[in-house]
Amino acid sequence: MSALRALLLTVVLLLAVVLQVSVFSGLSYDGVVPNLALLVVVAAALVRGPEFAAVLGFLGGLAIDLAPPTHHVAGRWALALVVVGYLAGRVRQDAGSSAVGAVVTVAACSFVGTSLFALSGMLLHDPAIPVGQALKVIPVAVLYDVLVTPFVLPLVMRLFRRLQPHQVAF
Amino acid sequence: MRPTSPGRRPSRAVLALLLLASFTLITLDARGGDDSPLEPVRSAMGDVLGPVENATAATVRPFAAIPGFFRTTGGLRRDVARLEAENSQLKGELAGVSVDRNRAAELDGLLATSKSTGYALVPARVVAMGPAQSFSRTVTIDAGTRAGIRPDMTVLNNDGLVGRVVRADRSTATVLLLVDQDSVVGGRLGSSMEVGLLRGRGTVGGDEQLDLDLVDPSATVNRDDVLVTWGSKKGAPYVAGVPIGRVTAVASTPRQQSVQAVISPYVDFTSLDLVGVVVDRNAKSDRTVIRAGSMEGSR
Repeated sequence: MSALRALLLTVVLLLAVVLQVSVFSGLSYDGVVPNLALLVVVAAALVRGPEFAAVLGFLGGLAIDLAPPTHHVAGRWALALVVVGYLAGRVRQDAGSSAVGAVVTVAACSFVGTSLFALSGMLLHDPAIPVGQALKVIPVAVLYDVLVTPFVLPLVMRLFRRLQPHQVAF
Repeated sequence: MRPTSPGRRPSRAVLALLLLASFTLITLDARGGDDSPLEPVRSAMGDVLGPVENATAATVRPFAAIPGFFRTTGGLRRDVARLEAENSQLKGELAGVSVDRNRAAELDGLLATSKSTGYALVPARVVAMGPAQSFSRTVTIDAGTRAGIRPDMTVLNNDGLVGRVVRADRSTATVLLLVDQDSVVGGRLGSSMEVGLLRGRGTVGGDEQLDLDLVDPSATVNRDDVLVTWGSKKGAPYVAGVPIGRVTAVASTPRQQSVQAVISPYVDFTSLDLVGVVVDRNAKSDRTVIRAGSMEGSR
């Protein structure tokens, strides 16, 4: 991967994180905003496969963990998005081709990602999230992610296709 | 990185490695506390992304007002009805003002104290809000160490107490809101001067509520009592006398050794914008510091 590609990927990830905290905060539903970094990771998984997406998920998660205004133990979103990237990459043969498949993948990934984050918080007491609270937030998060998928996913997937290094067709 | 071809099983090694890396990070950061090895990375990220968040928020701020332009007559009618209802309610409250006067006088006194101590405020705007998916209630404000802001400073707005600064980068700072689960504030009731500890519930949306545990089990708490900050040593993290909210419910169980009350905060945490950070009177700042004492000519 060339330096330019790496730079562009970093910019995309950071942009997703910044947009999600500073632009979508005005459009939040009960404080829940679309998880754009997760959508970028899912798009990467559908285009490039599990290994690439897991690495991107780690970096994207780390960006969420460290960007202000977070106040939780670093590595928790990284863990969640690594799993998300890997899982989404594994189902890409079925989901990558159809729009419905992609939307279902986003919904599943959003559920898995947010739940993993909440679970790690419960284990670490960081803070001890009440289960009821998690159950209230997760469905809204999934719904919001699905809602913005048609606007974000095709765009990011196209970007990843263009960024893909040229290679022999497989 | 090579993309996985459809026929080949993806390598588990990459996944294992990344999971291990995540666990390592979590362990390092959780064990490290304030001097965790990730702290430099965190402040570097804050220094880089802070200005970006400031700029983004400044760009979208004009658009945030757009929905207001499209309010229909129906919406305005609803507003009128709501305001009329509010007005009649306020008239009713005014009738019982003699009862409240005592409390008001006490609160006024406390506020006067806070004014006479002359808190200096650095004005700041909220530029980013932590997503609810992260389960912590934090916001970024567009003032950092350059504006004289340090961790453990009190943040308030014109309605009351907002929270405290938990970390400050060069041009931004992170504020832990009162409603976060990690937030504990010492509070004092305006009517009886009783003190207690106020904890956030960490819930999102709707009616925000806080739990107050009074220290004195024999204390009497009444609905609509006003709660102000108790204040900490040297005003860190909380200065004294900032209004927090009012009592909406009281629960006292004989078995428990304390009286509990539910507090409804004055501040609307879903629409935070302009806030003030209480700084030292002689703090150096790159922006105009509002000084209560000097504005009134008392000094």
